[in-house]
Amino acid sequence: MIMVVMWRYFNGRTARRFVSTCSGHGWWDKVRVAPKNPIVSVNESFLADPFPHKVNLAMGTYRDDNGKPFTPQCFGDAEAKINRYTLEETNSSEVSSKFVMESVKLAYGNDSFVVREGLYAGVPALSGTGACRLFAEFQRNFYPDSLIHLPDPTWPNHHNIWRQAQIPVKTFHYYDPDTKGLDFDALINDIKNAPDSSIFLLHPCAHNPTGVDSTEEQWREISYQFKVKNHFPFFDMAYQGFSSGDLDKDAAALRIFVEDGHLVGCAQSFAKNMGLFGHKVGCLSVLTRDIKQAAAVKSQLQHIAHSMYSSPPIHGILLVTMILSDPNMKEQWKKEMKIMANRIRAMRTTLHRNLEDLDSSFNWEHITNQVFGVVILHICCFTFCLRKQIMTLVHVPNSGWHVLFSGLAPDQVRHLEKLFHIYMSPDGRIRYAYVEKIGNQFFSHGRCDTKQCKLFGKCNSSSYKNQ
Amino acid sequence: MASAVLSIATQCVSPNASSLSINETHKGKAKLGGSTLRFSKSSGRISMTVAVNVSRFEGIPMAPPDPILGVSEAFRADTNDVKLNLGVGAYRTEELQPYVLNVVKKAENLMLERGDNKEYLPIEGLAAFNKATAELLLGADNPAIKEQRVATVQGLSGTGSLRLGAALIERYFPGSKVLISAPTWGNHKNIFNDARVPWSEYRYYDPRTVGLDFEGMIEDIKAAPEGTFVLLHGCAHNPTGIDPTPEQWEKIADVIQQKNHIPFFDVAYQGFASGSLDEDAASVRLFVARGMEVLVAQSYSKNLGLYAERIGAMNVISSSSESATRVKSQLKRLARPMYSNPPVHGARIVANVVGTPVLFDEWKAEMEMMAGRIKNVRQKLYDSISSKDKSGKDWSFILKQIGMFSYTGLNKNQSDNMTNKWHVYMTKDGRISLAGLSLAKCEYLADAIIDSYHNVS
Repeated sequence: MIMVVMWRYFNGRTARRFVSTCSGHGWWDKVRVAPKNPIVSVNESFLADPFPHKVNLAMGTYRDDNGKPFTPQCFGDAEAKINRYTLEETNSSEVSSKFVMESVKLAYGNDSFVVREGLYAGVPALSGTGACRLFAEFQRNFYPDSLIHLPDPTWPNHHNIWRQAQIPVKTFHYYDPDTKGLDFDALINDIKNAPDSSIFLLHPCAHNPTGVDSTEEQWREISYQFKVKNHFPFFDMAYQGFSSGDLDKDAAALRIFVEDGHLVGCAQSFAKNMGLFGHKVGCLSVLTRDIKQAAAVKSQLQHIAHSMYSSPPIHGILLVTMILSDPNMKEQWKKEMKIMANRIRAMRTTLHRNLEDLDSSFNWEHITNQVFGVVILHICCFTFCLRKQIMTLVHVPNSGWHVLFSGLAPDQVRHLEKLFHIYMSPDGRIRYAYVEKIGNQFFSHGRCDTKQCKLFGKCNSSSYKNQ
Repeated sequence: MASAVLSIATQCVSPNASSLSINETHKGKAKLGGSTLRFSKSSGRISMTVAVNVSRFEGIPMAPPDPILGVSEAFRADTNDVKLNLGVGAYRTEELQPYVLNVVKKAENLMLERGDNKEYLPIEGLAAFNKATAELLLGADNPAIKEQRVATVQGLSGTGSLRLGAALIERYFPGSKVLISAPTWGNHKNIFNDARVPWSEYRYYDPRTVGLDFEGMIEDIKAAPEGTFVLLHGCAHNPTGIDPTPEQWEKIADVIQQKNHIPFFDVAYQGFASGSLDEDAASVRLFVARGMEVLVAQSYSKNLGLYAERIGAMNVISSSSESATRVKSQLKRLARPMYSNPPVHGARIVANVVGTPVLFDEWKAEMEMMAGRIKNVRQKLYDSISSKDKSGKDWSFILKQIGMFSYTGLNKNQSDNMTNKWHVYMTKDGRISLAGLSLAKCEYLADAIIDSYHNVS
């Protein structure tokens, strides 16, 4: 007996030791380090930079005057009101339904025919990403051989999402680097040349990353061409209300298509326009022919969601529902959103003016021409010290999901980083939601210097020479 | 047909505009070859809505209803007074009301006072939460944590965390199978199906004993091709409530090591099964202590009552810190095209509760209370059935099983009888959720079970 016990003891000990060394065979040897997210890398470099007056233009979430994240006041009120007792499954699904209804009213219009008649399949989603992913998986389930047509350029995560859903991607012409505007003719050509019944992703407002949007007339033409070719339009609407300050105006493209009879799909995000980034609130809606089809499509979307995360987090949904269904809160929200949108618009104009004043030979007209749009990749974390600093590198609060395609080349971007400690996305995209005058001035100096150094005309500003 | 309607549509549309250029208002329907054209006025011009041709969704059928959530719906529709909902595994008080933990209310008040912002979390989630959750699972002084061999990524409760793990398997172990218990939580199959990971089953439940088919389990794990992922329930097996004993866990670990399989734990009830957080994590810690590389999905839905907040984590314990870093980066890469970054609210609640000693102690007490209520209910149910049933059938499995659920051994017909005759709502596999049972209703339930078992086949 003792021998048995001793045998077991030694055997067990040896086995364990053997296993400990043996486990180094490593299941995960073949797992490579994932490529670094370019914006995150920029952010890390920024954080590591000891220079006191560094500036980060890469990421984009809205900041207030003091550089603090800004949450609309209506949310403080809503938060206090949320009673957790309402969170039993029954009410959870009731709240979700209410949320979806309010979301589609927002997107398609309060008086929209499709909303009144219930001709939509809608589910809450994990913000814009989640809504796109649900649709991509749905597309794969029912159109396994289809492609997705994405604008060139688009939010990079669109490529990841459809790739992960195993749907091949094709891009269509969108941005014209020469004009820094929309390449409309090429876009229409691509629509015409795509095979019939192709599936396209469109940004209805505040195109991310370029900030370049179609005009109303252009949208009508696109809608018409879509009809001719029987294409399916999927809208990724991440900035409704944020682009122009007007919710209905920003949804105009979507509504033009719906009026023309397209049964569209739409991903909505409340991350930006309600500042609810961390709560992952969004909605996916797909218009259908009748309510029976709506029920079928909804059940399929719920099934996909069920296998991914079962149900969406309730907190953000409660906040949004409360605000959208309370007329006073909704008005308050709309006002706060207008303020944010106008502030960004003012900054854009100021930046443009400063750049022109500095007599730079580079043409900066595209800054104001670009819609106050979105290229919300990341956060521009500028700390705003307008009152402390003049004419030198200033920290400006920035939380712009509004992005500017500056037109700077990668080597110019690196130059700015090294010389002026200004950090931005490697492709020259900058976000700025809050660039004050002086910040603008400094910033313009930075860029003019770059131009001078590289390829463009001289910068004659005396203030620059004094630095 | 679609093209015919389209051509009619395009004929009516002028080449320069996508709408009819008619000035007067016109409302009505025109039928054309089975499709319907609607005319409606909008912003001063006529637009034509073609109702039918562009629908892609003709062939899309209704998805099958979720068996578990379907039970709750049927329960709600039932108007009978004596109805009892033993379907979903959501904790209820003795008064059969949802229970919000006091620590959760306190944590939320703290958060409200602080006015925490709503910024995006990083892709891997809230750092404070990730630290807390790994320590809760493995113990703060676990060598794996000290050696930084644990990759933790916040996930959307158990489901979302499992899905991340499944996506990792699909990408890095293409062709590898997952072995899941028969039976298991229904959504496991959906998750692996949608993640395109093949699965097959190992024997688990023995209907003859209403207990564990241990020999069958070991055989099936042995028979699986080397390098299979074995999905194990860390504690409180769902749906059976039947857990291996500590000795059996050792043997399971032995065979997994022998076959070079990789264990994948689903830990949805830590603290809820026995009432002790450490005891319920014993199985996972046993495997990790052996130096094995392990995947673990966690959920805070039950033990913190945060069902609707969707808070959980995917942990990969690997053999080196370098490999943990690589794995974490890939988990993040898989999360990004799913939802970009996880929701913040539940993570903050957990981080506050676990990170504040006073709250943590309170939580442990509340959890003991919840687990204790279920144990009491089990005892009362067993006592009621034993005293009423004179057939000599052994009902002791009710006491041996653990956690929220009990596999009653009732078959589908008998389960239907429970619902149709007795208004007791449960899943068709004979599973009842004791979390939805009160002491007051035990006698009634006992009658229902005895009747269904003996009088229905």
